[in-house]
Amino acid sequence: MANLLGLEVKKVTETPPEEVERVKNWIDSEDYKEKNFARQALVINPAHACQPLGAQLCAHGFEGTLPFVHGSQGCASYYRSTLNRHFREPAPAVSDSMTEDSAVFGGQNNLHEGLENAVALYKPKMIAVFTSCMPEVIGDDLTAFIKNARQKGHIPKELPVPYANTPSFNGTHIHGYDSMLVSILQNLTEGKQIEGRCTGKLNLIPGCDFNIGDYREYRRILKEFGIPYTILADIGDTFDSPCDGTYNIYAGGTKLEDAADSINGKATIAIGPYATPKTFGWIKDNYSGKHVSMAMPMGIEKTDALIMKIAELFGKEVPASLKNERGRAVDAMTDSQQYMHGKKFAVYGDPDYLTGYISFLLEMGARPHHILCSRGSKKVEKEIQALLDGSMYGAGCKIYMNKDLWHLRSLVVTDPVDAIIGDTHGKFAARDAKIPLFRFGFPIFDRVNKHRYPIIGYQGVVNMVTEICNKFIDIKDETCEDRFFEMMR
Amino acid sequence: MSEKIRKIDGITKESTQAMIDDALSVYPEKARKKRAPHLAPNDPSSGCASVKSNKKTVPGVMSARGCAYAGAKGVVWGPIRDMVHVSHGPVGCGWYSWGTRRNLMSGINGVTQFGMQFTSDFQEKDIVYGGDKKLKTLLHEAHELFPLAKGISVLSECPVGLIGDDINSVTKSVSKELEIPIIPCNCEGFRGVSQSLGHHISNDSIRDYIIETREFAEPSTPYDIALIGDYNIGGDVWSAKALLEEIGLNVKSVWTGDGELEKIAATHTVKLNLIHCYRSMNYMCKVMEEKYGIPWLEFNFFGPTKIRESLRAIAERFDDTIKEKVELAIAKYEPIMQAIIDEYKPRLDGKKVMLLVGGLRPRHTIGAYEDLGMDCVGSGYEFAHTDDYDRTAPEMPEATVVYDDPSEYEFEKFAHALKPDLIGSGIKEKYVFQKMGIPFRQMHSWDYSGPYHGYQGFEIFARDVDMAVNSPTWKLVKAPF
Repeated sequence: MANLLGLEVKKVTETPPEEVERVKNWIDSEDYKEKNFARQALVINPAHACQPLGAQLCAHGFEGTLPFVHGSQGCASYYRSTLNRHFREPAPAVSDSMTEDSAVFGGQNNLHEGLENAVALYKPKMIAVFTSCMPEVIGDDLTAFIKNARQKGHIPKELPVPYANTPSFNGTHIHGYDSMLVSILQNLTEGKQIEGRCTGKLNLIPGCDFNIGDYREYRRILKEFGIPYTILADIGDTFDSPCDGTYNIYAGGTKLEDAADSINGKATIAIGPYATPKTFGWIKDNYSGKHVSMAMPMGIEKTDALIMKIAELFGKEVPASLKNERGRAVDAMTDSQQYMHGKKFAVYGDPDYLTGYISFLLEMGARPHHILCSRGSKKVEKEIQALLDGSMYGAGCKIYMNKDLWHLRSLVVTDPVDAIIGDTHGKFAARDAKIPLFRFGFPIFDRVNKHRYPIIGYQGVVNMVTEICNKFIDIKDETCEDRFFEMMR
Repeated sequence: MSEKIRKIDGITKESTQAMIDDALSVYPEKARKKRAPHLAPNDPSSGCASVKSNKKTVPGVMSARGCAYAGAKGVVWGPIRDMVHVSHGPVGCGWYSWGTRRNLMSGINGVTQFGMQFTSDFQEKDIVYGGDKKLKTLLHEAHELFPLAKGISVLSECPVGLIGDDINSVTKSVSKELEIPIIPCNCEGFRGVSQSLGHHISNDSIRDYIIETREFAEPSTPYDIALIGDYNIGGDVWSAKALLEEIGLNVKSVWTGDGELEKIAATHTVKLNLIHCYRSMNYMCKVMEEKYGIPWLEFNFFGPTKIRESLRAIAERFDDTIKEKVELAIAKYEPIMQAIIDEYKPRLDGKKVMLLVGGLRPRHTIGAYEDLGMDCVGSGYEFAHTDDYDRTAPEMPEATVVYDDPSEYEFEKFAHALKPDLIGSGIKEKYVFQKMGIPFRQMHSWDYSGPYHGYQGFEIFARDVDMAVNSPTWKLVKAPF
C-alpha cells in the first residue's frame, strides 16, 4: 500500500549545515523578497480570520444571546477557543454539528434539533445563527429553515432568531461581524419604529473591535457628555466579567429592548467605515435621526472629530473634563515625542485599525514605513494614501494591499524598521528582524490584560504612547554600552 | 492496571446516577435518550467501558469537540517540523490552528522548520470553479520559497470535499514534477464525529504515502524503537526521548512531535513501537505490526508510579543490558521524585480532580495526580472510543462519573455536585470554571507550561498543580462585603 506516489526509496538524509546557512541568509535577501512577492496562489501567515468569527463576536454583544454556528462543529470550537485565548474569558456558543449526511440531505434537521436543545439547556433570550463553510457550499436556505423551526415548534414563538450568511470564502471576520449585526438589528427593530418617537439616545456602533477597554472608554466619554446611549453591540461586559465565584453564561451585552428601540434614536454613529458598511447602509435607510460614519478614534485628530461630532449631533458643549483629558493626552505626547520621532514602523491589521495606527504615528512624528493590509479595497488604499500625503512623515511610506505576514517578514528584514504594530501573529517577523512588536490589534494570545487597555480616545493615545516609548527606552537600557547607561532617559 | 479498587467517600453508584439523571432532566426527550448512554458511574472491576462513545455529537448542546481537519492538521501532520502543511480551503481553519497546540519544534522557522500558516485562502471563485489549479500553483510556490522542506501535506477543509476537487491527482502529478512527497489528506471537517477520524485518515495517508519510502543510513541495532503518539506539547518529546535514550534505546523516529518526515518514512525497520497516545496512533501501530511484524507497547510517562511500571514493561521487551539500565534509571530518579512528592503532597493530599481532555490524558494522567495524593472524581473524553474507556475503567475509583463528549451544561452540573479542587480540561472550559472559583489547568496545552512527560515533566506537573490548587488568588474570589 505504501509509496502510492511511486517515489524512489532513498536513505534518510540530513540537510548539510552550509545549505541550511545558505537558505537562512537567502530568505532575508532582496532576491527572496522578489520571489515572495511574486506569489500568486499560496498565502502564508495571513493576518485575518474568517467571517463567522466576527459574527460570533457580534452575537456576544447582545443580552442573553447564544451564538449558534450552523455548520461543522469544529468551526465553533475554533471560534470559541480564539475568543477564549484573546480575552481569557468564556465564549459560550453552540453548533448544530453538521456531518456527512447533512452534506447529502441539507442541514435543516441538525438546525432544528440544535435550536431545540440549545433553548432547553441554555435558555437564551435570543439565538444568533450564522454559517460556516458547509451550509454555504451546499446552499442551505436559512430563511426557510428558521421559518419551519418556528412552525414546527422547535423554538418558542417569541424568541428572536436572527441569522446571517457568513461564508468563510469571502471577506474576513469584519464582514461576518457586519452581516450578523445588520441581521440582529433588522430582526429586533422590526415593527418598532414609532412615528414621532425619539429616544433622545445616541446609537454607537463600535465595529468589530476586540478591545473591551475601548467599549468602556466610549461609555465613559458619553457619560462625560451626559448623553444617553445604546452601544450596538456591546461586548464590553461579556468579555470582562468578574471572578466572584459564579459563572454567568450571558455576562453582558446590549439590552434587547434598547437594541429594538435604537431605531427611534436621536442619532447613530458607526465607528469604522470598513467594519460595518452593510449595517450603516441599512440604518441610513431605516433609522430615525441623524447618521454618521466615522473613523476609529485613534490619535488626537480622529478623537477630536468624534468628540466634536457628538457635541454637534446633541447640541452640547464639549465638557471641560474632556477638554482637560485632551490636554493631558497631548501633554503625554509632547513629553515623550522625542522617543518616537522619526522612528519607522511596520503596521498591519484590519482597515479601521490601520487608519487609526497611521494617524496616531504621523501625529507623533513617526513613520508608518511599511503598511500592510491583508484584505482591503481600493477605497482603503486611497484613504491611507491620503493620510500619508497629509503629513511630511508619510513621505516614502508604502502601502501593501492584500499581502500577508510572510510578505511583512521580507519587508522588515530587507528594509528595516524600528518596530511593528499588529497582533500576536507578528511575533515571528518581529523576532527575525530583532525589533519589538506592539500588540494593539487582534488577537493577543501571548500577553495578559492588553485587551483591557483602550487604544481609542484620548486615553488610548496615552496608553499607546506609554507602551511604545517605554519599550524603546527599555531597549536602550538593555543594549547600550555600560558607559552610556545612565539614570535619566 | 491498578491493583486495588479505590473508593471515594460519599460517591456511590447511586449518588453518581442521581447526579447524571439530574443533569439529563432538562434535555428534550430525544436528546436525553441520545446522551444517557454516554454518562455512567465507573465500574473498575469490569475492566470494560461503562459508556457509549465515538457517536455523533448531539446538535446544539455545546460540545468541546473539534473536527477531522483539527485532528489531521493540529494533531498528526502539524507537528512534523520539516514539512509544509497546507490548509487547503478558506482562510479560517489554518488561522485558528496556527500555533495554538503547542507542539514545539526544533529548527529555523521558514528554513528547516515550518510552524507557520500555509493556506490556499479559497475565495468564492475557487468554490465555483474548483481549487485544483490554484493548488498546483501554490505547491510550486511553496517548493520554491521553502527549498529545504522535505515534503508537503495538503489538508482538505470542508469545501474541498463538497465541491469535488481532486487533490489526490494534483498532488500526485506535482509530486512527480518536484520530486518531493506531496501527501493528500482528505480530512474535511464534516467527516466523522470528532477529531478522531482526522487522526485515522492521517494515519492512513502516512501508511499509503510515506512509510517504507526511506531507509535509515546507519545499520540497525536491537534497540531501535520509534516513539509513537507524542506530540511534543511543551517539549514532552524532548523529555521522553532523553529518558528512553538513557535506558539504552535508540529513538529512531518520533510520531509526530518535533517529527522529521524521512525518519517517519523509515520507521518500518524499528524493533518496537512505543505508543503514548493510543487513541490517535494505534492504527499505524497495528499496520506496522501486521505488515512488518513490529510489536508495539503502550506506556505511560505521567508520574513516577506509571513511569516505573512503564520502564519495567519496556525492559521486558529487551535484553539484560536494557533491564539493568532501567533499574539504574529508576534508582537514580526515584529519590528525586520522592523529594518532589514530599514537597507537594502535604498541600495536595485528598484534593479532588475532574478531567475532560481528548483521547488519552483522562486516563493516563490519573496516576500522576494520585502520586500527589489526589483523587480523580470524574473523567471523560472528547473523542475516545470504546477501547479507551475499557482502559479507563480500572484507573478510576469505584462509581466515579465517566462522561463521553459531555456538553458544557453537563460538565458544569457535575462540577457543581462534586465540588472538585481542580479541573483539568481545555481552553473553552477554563474560564467557565475559574469564574466559579474552581482552580483549573489546561490539560491539552499544559497551560503554556510543560513538559509533563517523563521524570523531568513530573517536577513541572507537580509544581503547576500545586500552583493552581493553592494559589492565594482563589481566597480573594468572594468579596468581604
